[in-house]
Order: sequence, then structure tokens, then C-alpha cells
Amino acid sequence: MMKHTSDRDGEAWDGEELFAGLPVTDPGAQSRLHARLAADAEREGLLDIAYRTLPTPVGTLLLAATDRGLLRVAYDSARHGGHAAVLTELAERVSPRVLEAPQRLGGAVRQIEEYFEGRRTRFDLDLDLRLAKGFRREVIAQLPHIGYGATRSYAEVAAAAGSPRAVRAVGTACATNPLPVVVPCHRVVRSDGSAGQYVGGADAKKVLLGLEAAA
Amino acid sequence: MAEYGPMVLRVCRAVVGPADAEDAWSETFLAALRAYPGLPGDARVEAWLVTIAHRKAIDAARAGARRPVAVGRIPESGRALTGGRAGDEGAAPPDAGRAGGTLRDSGQWDADLWAALKALPRRQREAVAYHYLAGLPYKEIAAVTGGTPEAARRAAADGIRSLRKSYTRRTREDERGERR
Repeated sequence: MMKHTSDRDGEAWDGEELFAGLPVTDPGAQSRLHARLAADAEREGLLDIAYRTLPTPVGTLLLAATDRGLLRVAYDSARHGGHAAVLTELAERVSPRVLEAPQRLGGAVRQIEEYFEGRRTRFDLDLDLRLAKGFRREVIAQLPHIGYGATRSYAEVAAAAGSPRAVRAVGTACATNPLPVVVPCHRVVRSDGSAGQYVGGADAKKVLLGLEAAA
Repeated sequence: MAEYGPMVLRVCRAVVGPADAEDAWSETFLAALRAYPGLPGDARVEAWLVTIAHRKAIDAARAGARRPVAVGRIPESGRALTGGRAGDEGAAPPDAGRAGGTLRDSGQWDADLWAALKALPRRQREAVAYHYLAGLPYKEIAAVTGGTPEAARRAAADGIRSLRKSYTRRTREDERGERR
């Protein structure tokens, strides 16, 4: 069946037909080349952002790190364009030198896995907080002080961050937390004690709070 | 990279052949990472990557021309020894993978297609690959290879014509051979 009908496209058709012996994609070669490039780039200091994905009980998480530390943890939110949108944002905001390179995320992966197995109650990782600015960053810096299994209200976190009236801004800071799970915005709940909203969805928040309550 | 990687691999395979394609690909993307802030705002990524790949292919061909090629056995026909002067063939990559008996890129694509591509003058091979595999218009190809857009168009047209003759003939012979 001819895909092209016009004369002009006849030329492109010739090419397609001739190059059918040269596959458009070659997953084996591509993954081999990718691993080689990631290693070469890391060695030459050209790998600004390394990332990988990690399956967890709250869905597949994207983990990204710079040489300073863990930069981003992201849920695969279809509503926000999924992990692809997150990677695009990192390329634009931090550096376009982004490669899938699992090695740099080894420590984060191990600790997150231990957390979900109930064997870890605090994270001991270098964090690169450059994606959180201004007041949001103050809030992010406060969150690790909420201990495992404990919760605080948005108002309490606002007070702790030095702006007791900025309750809504705390909500925004949690909703835009670049490092959910690791920086525990899930421990910030409504003043009536209900879980409330979460960057990974209300269900994920309940899973995390339930996990910590059970331990 | 995930977006352009497969396209660049096709171009590298078609221009430098199976033995050197993966090295060319790796060097292209490493150079691209190095040069990233240097991508002009209005440049198309395809054209930019092809430009880098083109330079890498030329470097590899020069290095290949200098480096002695390990030949496993004397070619059966004398053609390979008398087929061209060093000056003509210097730009074409040596068929080192095949000669060495280990072809890293083996089995992934049609060896007859590479044989037909390799037989083309380098200019034609490049024009064909950049136009038909990378999708560059002739104006951009001319910017990459030098020369005029018209010359690039002619090179691609001549290359495709030769390929259709040599490659489809091989394919038909193969089919006949299988039927036998």
C-alpha cells in the first residue's frame, strides 16, 4: 500500500523504501549507547542532572539529582504531564544536560526503599533545594522537623516558618514541594486532623500517613 | 536525547558504517552535551546534531586513514587493493569491523545496504543520509557539508539513484537465491 500519493512525496517514499533495512529504532543499541554516554558524561563532568524512576507503593517516582544532592522527587501525575513534563521543567530551569543515569541515585533509592519497608524513619541525604525559592523554601526547610509518624497543621507550620498568617502559602509550598516523600509535606494536615490534599494525590497521602502510623 | 538518539544512530550507521557508528554516535552526543549552551536559539536541533555528527565522522575517517587496519585475511579479489588511491578513499571509513572479524553492530541492520552505501562517493552518502534519514532540507545540508543547496540536491538524487540500482539488485539476487 502506498502511503504517499503526491509527486513530491514520491521522493521521500523512495528513501523510506530503500532504508527499510536500517531500523528506525534499535532498542538494544540505544540502551547500550545510553549507558555509555551517561558514564562518559559523568566522567567529564557533563552530567548536570541524573535521573531514574523507582516503583513504590504510591506509584512510580521520578528521582533526579545534581552533584549537590537530590534535586527532585516527582509523582507520575497524568494531570501535570507525567514525568516527561518534570524532566522538561528541569531541563529549562536547571540544565538541559539531563540523562537517565541510575548510579547517582543509588543512595536515595536505597533509603526510599527502606522507608517504604518501614525500616527507615528519617532520610539522610544531601538535598539540592534550588527549586524551592523564598518563603516556600523556608517552609520546605521546616518540614523535616516534623518527626516520623507525627503531623502538624498548615497553621502550625506557618507559625514555625515565622509567618503565622501565611497559612495558604504553606499549602502552596507543600503543593509545590520539589522533594515529596523525602521532605515530608505529607505530614502537614488540616487543623481538623483530616489528611487534606497532597501533591501525589489524597490517596498517596493516606498511604504514607498509614505507613508511618503502623510502624 | 531520547528524541533524537535513534535518528542520529541511523545517520551514523549510514555514513560511517557498522564498525564505527556507535563510536560516532557517542562522540556526537558527548560533544552536544559539551556544547549545549552553544546551540543558537533559532537553530533546529536536528541540523545542529547532524553538524556535530558530520564533523565527528570526518575526524574518525581521518584517524581511520592514519591507523593501520588489521586485515584478517587477504581479500579474495584484488579490487580492494587497487580500487582507489589513498586520497580518494581517505574520507571513507575503513571496514575495520568486518576485517577484524568482530562486528559490534552486527545483525542490527542490512549488511547489503551498507555495502551499497559504502560504494557511494562520500558526498552522496552524506547527502542521502542527511536528507532521507535526518530529514534536513538541502539548504541545511549545504550549510553542514559546504557547497550549494543545488549541489546537495544533486548529490542526494545521484546517491539515491545509485542505491536503487545497486541495492535493489542485490536484494533481488538474494531473493532469487533463497528461492533456489
